[in-house]
Amino acid sequence: MTAYIVRRLLYAIPILIGVNLLTFMLFFVVNSPDDMARMHLGQKRVTEEAIRSWKAERGYDRPLLYNAEAEGLASLTETILFQKSVKLFVFQFGSSDDGRDIGYDISQRMWPSLAIAVPVLLIGLAFNISYALFIVFFRATYVDLGSVVLLVAMMSISGLFYIIGGQFLIGKLWHLVPISGYDQGLNAWKFLILPVIVGVVAGIGSGTRWYRTLFLEEIGRDYVRTARAKGLSERVVLFRHVLRNALIPILTGVVVVLPLLFMGSLITESFFGIPGLGSYTIDAISNQDFAIVRAMVFLGAVLYILGLILTDISYTLVDPRVRLQ
Amino acid sequence: MPLIPVVLWTDALVFLLLAVTALFAVWAARHEHLRAPWRRVVRSRIGVATLVVLSAYAVIGLLDTLHFKLKLDRADESGEVRYAPEVLSLLDLTLSGLRERQEKTYSAPFATHLHAKEALDQPDGTVIRDYPRLQHGGAHLADPEHDRAWDIARRALIGLIEGLILWALLAAGLIRRLARHHGQPFDTVRDRILRGQTQIPWRTALGTLAPVLILTFVIGELALKYHVLGTDKVGEDVLYQALKSIRTGLLIGTLTTLIMLPAAILFGIMAGYFRGWVDDVIQYLYTTLNSIPGVLLIAATILMLQVYMSNHADEFASLVERADLRLLFLCLILGVTSWTGLCRLLRGEALKLREIDYVQAAQALGVGHFTIIARHILPNVMHIVLITLVLDFSGLVLAEAVLSYVNIGVDPTMNSWGNMINSARLELARDPIVWWSLAAAFLFMFTLVLAANLFADVVRDAFDPRLRGV
Repeated sequence: MTAYIVRRLLYAIPILIGVNLLTFMLFFVVNSPDDMARMHLGQKRVTEEAIRSWKAERGYDRPLLYNAEAEGLASLTETILFQKSVKLFVFQFGSSDDGRDIGYDISQRMWPSLAIAVPVLLIGLAFNISYALFIVFFRATYVDLGSVVLLVAMMSISGLFYIIGGQFLIGKLWHLVPISGYDQGLNAWKFLILPVIVGVVAGIGSGTRWYRTLFLEEIGRDYVRTARAKGLSERVVLFRHVLRNALIPILTGVVVVLPLLFMGSLITESFFGIPGLGSYTIDAISNQDFAIVRAMVFLGAVLYILGLILTDISYTLVDPRVRLQ
Repeated sequence: MPLIPVVLWTDALVFLLLAVTALFAVWAARHEHLRAPWRRVVRSRIGVATLVVLSAYAVIGLLDTLHFKLKLDRADESGEVRYAPEVLSLLDLTLSGLRERQEKTYSAPFATHLHAKEALDQPDGTVIRDYPRLQHGGAHLADPEHDRAWDIARRALIGLIEGLILWALLAAGLIRRLARHHGQPFDTVRDRILRGQTQIPWRTALGTLAPVLILTFVIGELALKYHVLGTDKVGEDVLYQALKSIRTGLLIGTLTTLIMLPAAILFGIMAGYFRGWVDDVIQYLYTTLNSIPGVLLIAATILMLQVYMSNHADEFASLVERADLRLLFLCLILGVTSWTGLCRLLRGEALKLREIDYVQAAQALGVGHFTIIARHILPNVMHIVLITLVLDFSGLVLAEAVLSYVNIGVDPTMNSWGNMINSARLELARDPIVWWSLAAAFLFMFTLVLAANLFADVVRDAFDPRLRGV
């Protein structure tokens, strides 16, 4: 198993290099460092001198991919690509274009993101699974039919409307919690309730429907028929057998998103004014802050790969038949 | 010629899509194994009901895809024929009343007065602050407070009757056709449809068509004199915006997959069929793409395009072409982020299929790789492609709204539900609140996505071999 994990980690390196190259190309195919400097300094009153010093300050004064002036290996290392990429692999994110330390920003901003993402995940999971079990218990009745109609309707509503509706009803009409903003420490709770509720509600439609299908598929299996034949009650069959056996697909779905929780949600965070990583990325995108966007893309890729490995490991824990080689 | 046709990039792709669909329909009609699942689709009641709704959307979208420039009335000195600079669509022409009747600013649905107070000059020279009459909405009424309700009811009733007449004509035509086809008398067929005894649930189809037609005519009658869904901040009719947004939504949903479909099918099958280094390269490719968070990739590309456009502004003849290119690009990049899923599915299926006896036999007989792929593998994975297509559609329509909302979606000048929501986001905070833009976007989007979701379920049930015979 250790060998397997090590091999998977080694596999991650070429993928991360690919991710890096891709984002680099995407950005610099049309944008030159001169354009970036001009944008940050303001279009109008820009002298050549100012651009040069801006580039030198941030290390954009080297050639992009190949340095013809340097000799030997340095012709490849003395480039923007190399200088800006290699440090990412040891999680040295450097500083953003307006001079802030990206690593520090990320370490500060991941907590608000987690404070929303973790409750949304846990509450959503608990609610969706119980609701799905409830529907399956009453399958092929009007409860089932009505619920499925409701779920399809719920998943046909854009996430934007859940946010707008939640803010309008709970925040503006009922004045229960502030509409947006954030506070330090434990005082943040009243700013977090609304995004969490909205997040959970928005996920009910597709989530519950997915679990329902999963349970229904499981209920058609032979062992369930055996369990019924031996006289177990429907409740016991459902909770002790079906739920336990459906755990594997549920678990894989959960484990793979666990690392990604750090990234937060772009839309939710920017809507509610939560200073998490999601809104951080959105701001960076609108400011065209390449350093931050690259760092976030890289971080996202690392977490994604981590999630995949975790999923594989979790397989072996729930299902003894699975062996990793 | 009174007009000159204009074919935008996305228009051309829509025509291509229509051609492909038509070819596929002819092909499927000749092959029993392809016809059978479709028969299951049209025999399900949800299937036909959603098909009617989706067709209504598709008709509006297609009307909006036929673009042209109108001839100007006055030719210039040299006598040359001149065309108007703006690109219009057939839908614009149909709705020209809605398009041209602009108010000053917000007005509520069916309002006769503006939503905000203004200083009004009275006939006796004094100035008072009050809600001014709208220039177009209900302008024909002498005494709006007294006449409005009656006028609306009367027009709605006219629309209702018109809709019913058209529906009755269509229904009669259908029954006549069915009667001739089955060699049965008209009354028998009619009774069987009424009792729901036909194989294709015509009762459901006609039952869905009736409200669609009636609603169209009622709204059409009312829209002649009122702003049925109100007007937005700059006084544009919200109903017009919502209808124009249909094309954007449909295009994002269909073109995205169409653009990336060839790549997904080619790479997926190649990876599964050839295995070895081909598989490794393709797997590397899609794992890398998959590891990048989709929104970031989309954001980066759209930013890139924006920079390119602002640097090469002279290459784009008009705003419409610019917006169109951006839409095409958005479809492309959405495709890039979504082809990986289908590719992986197809790879798995191809891995399985290449071990099946008849493929092995073909290989042993020396049949070429590409013949095997075309003859045996491709037809056997088409159901996966189709299921993925319909399942992805609604997700893409929803994604468009979110992306446009964060300004990395379609061009801000283009009508889309995302842009409508974006410009209406702060209107709920106004007092009194302005809810109609949001409600319109919600209503139109919800209907389309709900119909698409339900239709996708039916298609999946019909095509998924695992569910067959259940």
